[in-house]
Amino acid sequence: MAKTLAEKVWDRHVVRKGTGAEPDLLYIDLHLVHEVTSPQAFDGLRLAGRPVRRPDLTIATEDHNVPTVGIDLPIADPVSRTQVETLRRNCAEFGVRLHPMGDREQGIVHVVGPQLGLTQPGTTVVCGDSHTSTHGAFGALAFGIGTSEVEHVLATQTLPLRPFKTMAVTVTGALRPGVTAKDVILAVIARIGTGGGQGYVLEYRGPAIEKLSVEARMTVCNMSIEAGARAGMIAPDETTFAYLKGRPHAPSGEQWDRAVASWRELRTDDGAEFDAEVVIDADELTPFVTWGTNPGQGLPLSASVPDPERIADENERVAAEKALSYMDLTPGTPLREISVDTVFLGSCTNGRIEDLRAAADVLRGHRVADGVRMLVVPGSMRVRAQAEAEGLDEVFLAAGAEWRQAGCSMCLGMNPDQLAPGERSASTSNRNFEGRQGKGGRTHLVSPLVAAATAVRGTLSSPEDLRTPAAAGAEN
Amino acid sequence: MEPFTTHTGVGVPLRRSNVDTDQIIPAVYLKRVTRTGFEDGLFAAWRSDEQFVLNQEPYRAGSVLVAGPDFGTGSSREHAVWALSDYGFRVVLSARFADIFRGNAGKAGLLAAVCEQSDIELLWKLLETEPGTEVTVDLREKTVRAKDFTAGFAVDDYTRWRLLDGLDDIALTLRHAAVIDEFEQARADWLPVTTPIAGT
Repeated sequence: MAKTLAEKVWDRHVVRKGTGAEPDLLYIDLHLVHEVTSPQAFDGLRLAGRPVRRPDLTIATEDHNVPTVGIDLPIADPVSRTQVETLRRNCAEFGVRLHPMGDREQGIVHVVGPQLGLTQPGTTVVCGDSHTSTHGAFGALAFGIGTSEVEHVLATQTLPLRPFKTMAVTVTGALRPGVTAKDVILAVIARIGTGGGQGYVLEYRGPAIEKLSVEARMTVCNMSIEAGARAGMIAPDETTFAYLKGRPHAPSGEQWDRAVASWRELRTDDGAEFDAEVVIDADELTPFVTWGTNPGQGLPLSASVPDPERIADENERVAAEKALSYMDLTPGTPLREISVDTVFLGSCTNGRIEDLRAAADVLRGHRVADGVRMLVVPGSMRVRAQAEAEGLDEVFLAAGAEWRQAGCSMCLGMNPDQLAPGERSASTSNRNFEGRQGKGGRTHLVSPLVAAATAVRGTLSSPEDLRTPAAAGAEN
Repeated sequence: MEPFTTHTGVGVPLRRSNVDTDQIIPAVYLKRVTRTGFEDGLFAAWRSDEQFVLNQEPYRAGSVLVAGPDFGTGSSREHAVWALSDYGFRVVLSARFADIFRGNAGKAGLLAAVCEQSDIELLWKLLETEPGTEVTVDLREKTVRAKDFTAGFAVDDYTRWRLLDGLDDIALTLRHAAVIDEFEQARADWLPVTTPIAGT
């Protein structure tokens, strides 16, 4: 029978078919661990006297809590410090490999796995973090889990799960210059809504997806969860294989050949049926930004703040009213006229080397606007080192931005990198929820290109606006 | 886990859709390493507003939350479930739950029951016109009752079975340890392991 990519990967991992009320038992190839969602799981193991079944399929890093300045000093917040120290003790006790703060492989868990070559096509990847969907960019079935499930995977290397439904997200045509993977995924979420993907794994396909680099594919898959889908996937191809070849944990020699042969089978068969299908035309996409307090509340940058009065669905209208009140925005205001206090470039969505290069290209020869602070937080220490080798740090510093150490940082503000109440940001992260970047903070989700241009002009902008300042208003 | 068969408690109308887990418990409250004590973080930002439903009697003592669609979206933090449980909630009713939240709830003993949105609307009206109305949620029968309101709800069979019997998920899986061993023997030899290698 013709199968989709997701079904193929699922079938390869069924340890035991479900019977009666019991669902399938699925084998997990890679378990990523960080300090926030693991302490209670390790405690559970200790209480039950259970070991970690496969420490050799488990890897931990410190990312959510870590400060991005002064990392040679103890963490100032005692509660954050305890959480990080607890991870260190747990990893030592249970024999799990850990990349702690300051280590050259430390970074955001979803940046670390791929760059080490641990994330591979056709594998199952889980982590106590919803952005685990990122790893689907390699054709892996990757999804976020809660702490009880973290404990379950640590103890058994499996999870009892019902198969996901499948949704094809086909992106036809070609992206125009200046339109990025971030704009694609924001447009997808705006189209299907924050609940549209519930119960599904999304498979992104079509010519515009095939042309994306692996890092850009990660940006797309990363935000599948913002459409409600636990996982997003892209079939592996030559681009994927080229990215993996030579990475520390990628297969080599004769094993590489066998791995690639197996990976080539990971495509949705002709005639396979999806449970749902969405088509997006890449030719029509332009830079996209959010105006509200969920990632589905987004529009092209050239649009204006919407008028809730014109929204037919009552739930959505009420949600839009609440969002505009929280965001302190007036219907009809052109999005380009919204001024920001902070620009955040980083996160598991857009904290990789290509993201930093793209933003640096925009910033070269410009200065961050007066009264705006720009934080550049590489997704990992390896990304940071690479950026410094290319001189990108100097571009950011010359423009007046801050060049930080690696971590999740202002994406969720668990460390000191937060918005103050009422402050507004343009952020390359993934969530514009109320208070996400700091209590009372207001977030507009944007691509790295829009982030950089916004930093220069102080209002939501695209790089086009820097080249032709007078055209900014006329374009609407 | 404590078995869950039926629960009766004060219903709390939460007229909001898309309640993400950052609203249920903001990230700054996630730093504890214990499994209890998260009630102070529940709806932390909203609870500073006197008008918020949980700041009003008799909703304050509620244990059945009646929420708008797409409850529990966003972050996978199970702390959202713990915060609701620690506060005293045993049940959340909604027309749509985010997948991860619903899974977490089932594992941690909080019943996430899926109702029709039209039933949610009826319950909201009832709970707002007669504050303090008790809601009875019966997991054996899969029904919700309050005064003369009765409706059915949906819940995954596996979750229902484990909740009714208070079964430990991990112990259930470990009954299949021999099959897991067998599966591992057959895995491809080129699959990655995390054991450090030179240069990492």
